Amino acid sequence: MDALIARFAGLQGPLLPLLHAVQDELGFIPRAAVARIAEGLNLSRAEVHGVVSFYHYFREHPPGRHVLRLCRAEACQAVGCEATEAHAKRTLGIDYEGTTADGQFTLEPAYCLGNCAAGPSLMIDDKLFGRVTPARLDELLAARKVRQ
Amino acid sequence: MSVKVYVSRDAAALALGADETAAALVAAAQAAGTAMQLVRVGSRGMVWLEPLVEVEVAGKRIGYGPVAAADVPALVGAGLFSGADHKLRLGVVDELPYIAKQERLTFARVGLIDPVDVDQYLAHGGYAGLKRALTLTGAQVVQEVTDSGLRGRGGAAFPTGIKWKTVLDQPAGQKYVVCNADEGDSGTFSDRMLMEGDPFTLIEGMTIAGIAVGATQGYIYLRAEYPHAAAALNEAIAVAKQRGYLGRDVLGSGKAFELEVRMGAGAYICGEETSLLESLEGKRAEVRFRPPLPAIKGLFGQPTIINNVISLASLPVIIEKGAQFYRDFGLGRSRGTLPIQLAGNIRHGGLVEKAFGVTLRELLYDFGGGSASGRPIRAVQVGGPLGAYIPEKDFDVQLDYEAFTAIGALVGHGGIVAFDDTVDMAKMARYAMEFCAIESCGKCTPCRIGSTRGVEVMDRIMKGGPERAADLRLLEDLCDTMQYGSLCGLGGMTPFPVTSALKHFPEDFVRNR
Repeated sequence: MDALIARFAGLQGPLLPLLHAVQDELGFIPRAAVARIAEGLNLSRAEVHGVVSFYHYFREHPPGRHVLRLCRAEACQAVGCEATEAHAKRTLGIDYEGTTADGQFTLEPAYCLGNCAAGPSLMIDDKLFGRVTPARLDELLAARKVRQ
Repeated sequence: MSVKVYVSRDAAALALGADETAAALVAAAQAAGTAMQLVRVGSRGMVWLEPLVEVEVAGKRIGYGPVAAADVPALVGAGLFSGADHKLRLGVVDELPYIAKQERLTFARVGLIDPVDVDQYLAHGGYAGLKRALTLTGAQVVQEVTDSGLRGRGGAAFPTGIKWKTVLDQPAGQKYVVCNADEGDSGTFSDRMLMEGDPFTLIEGMTIAGIAVGATQGYIYLRAEYPHAAAALNEAIAVAKQRGYLGRDVLGSGKAFELEVRMGAGAYICGEETSLLESLEGKRAEVRFRPPLPAIKGLFGQPTIINNVISLASLPVIIEKGAQFYRDFGLGRSRGTLPIQLAGNIRHGGLVEKAFGVTLRELLYDFGGGSASGRPIRAVQVGGPLGAYIPEKDFDVQLDYEAFTAIGALVGHGGIVAFDDTVDMAKMARYAMEFCAIESCGKCTPCRIGSTRGVEVMDRIMKGGPERAADLRLLEDLCDTMQYGSLCGLGGMTPFPVTSALKHFPEDFVRNR
């Protein structure tokens, strides 16, 4: 943490880059990190918490091994993303912002992934997929599921 | 003699398997004993043909697509590397009507060159604009931008030259150039394609802006959903620095311009310029009151040019070829070209750069080929989630800022989302309110509370019952309050999709569900 804080403290407007670095490292922004960041950047804990909680991308709890971000914006709705969405929730047994009990998958909504000519779109971790039908989703999940 | 093969590295192509296709090509070339030079390029913008494979034969690029990895062995066997016939062969890509009918100024290089190879950029006319800008005074550059008629391509369509003049006229001191790359509107991806396919054009445009107004630091505020664009930009910035196009002494001019990419964090509101500045400063992205304008007190309280990706990326061609060249495209007060994005339920989705004046019908049918489902197109939403829904009767209106305003619509960032006749317009109206409720920054009441009330009233309208007529009146009243009482465009324009859906498709609002 200290090394990260030292790396970003010299930037103009260091808070978002630092929060990104923490989340890239840990997968989320733990409560303990908020206090350290506040101290390191000479901010109040409320200010840091306020920023973390404002942005949809920052997580306050650890995610599953893979994060699925499913687009539910208009262009994907026009090609039936609701069917993929319903299938994802049913198959994984979770709603948005939920993580499967085995800790493998977290499901999050996205509001446009910039792939609007080939929806429905899905991002798994940093990899983007187009034309994701329920059947295609099953394939993608099966390829990533770790056998217990 | 090796054969040159081009495959896109654009996120949309990757999403359809371009990496796998590229790997299969490498393996097949090896197996066939062919010396192949694989060039990863941006996308031509014909998304339905991705992964598109282009083979250079006698100086022309022959296209094949869409080519799945599994198609590659047979395709190579049939003579892919010599441009031989095959059912996936499309012909010379530059001669395909979809490409030939476009007027590509801003996107001239996208899909043609390796995005992060500055020598290819230079060979295709890159940095000619910056070189000319360095021979002019700041005031001359600003005048050129004003004369070109360029208006903000992010959606607000404010004249770019006037914004710049305001920054130029501020006393010397720390000034900034900020690129709004928080392309959050559904149905838009031109910023992403430009940043991934030709990042040097954006870098050059920002450098011209900085040098014109005396700003030494630039930031590209990029949405977190675009990791591929981030990688391309950072790679290109490093090359530009190394080659003297960025840094303390740009091309030996004695003028400094530094550039950095900053990542957003999944907040649609950051597309609004003042909240973007708050975010860059490390705060909650709450909208600022205006005045003061960002041009006078912007980032860290300093004079700031803040422009959309496409506005900035249009500058190199404007400065290179002159204001008159650019303003000869277009009509009325909408000059130049617009990179239009065809999205949603459309057969031939992708990017079409055309001069203003093209009609929706030409875009949807001549370029787009009608709906993907084969059913009639019932409505299109132009300009993102805050854009109006347009019915078929208005498809002949020319793409022009004023003509769109006259029919109660907006051009916005040029994204067109098509819906076929299975769409439920009441549901789309409800979604507009829901989206506003999710993305509201919370600073003003009409947006924060109004959007949630909007979802509730839409739920009642869709369910039906004796109160429906009263609820429809309430919805219109609520939209009026949001439109006129909100601090920024999010709350202020969310009523556009709602009231346009209600006006053009009233039958969907009186059906019980």
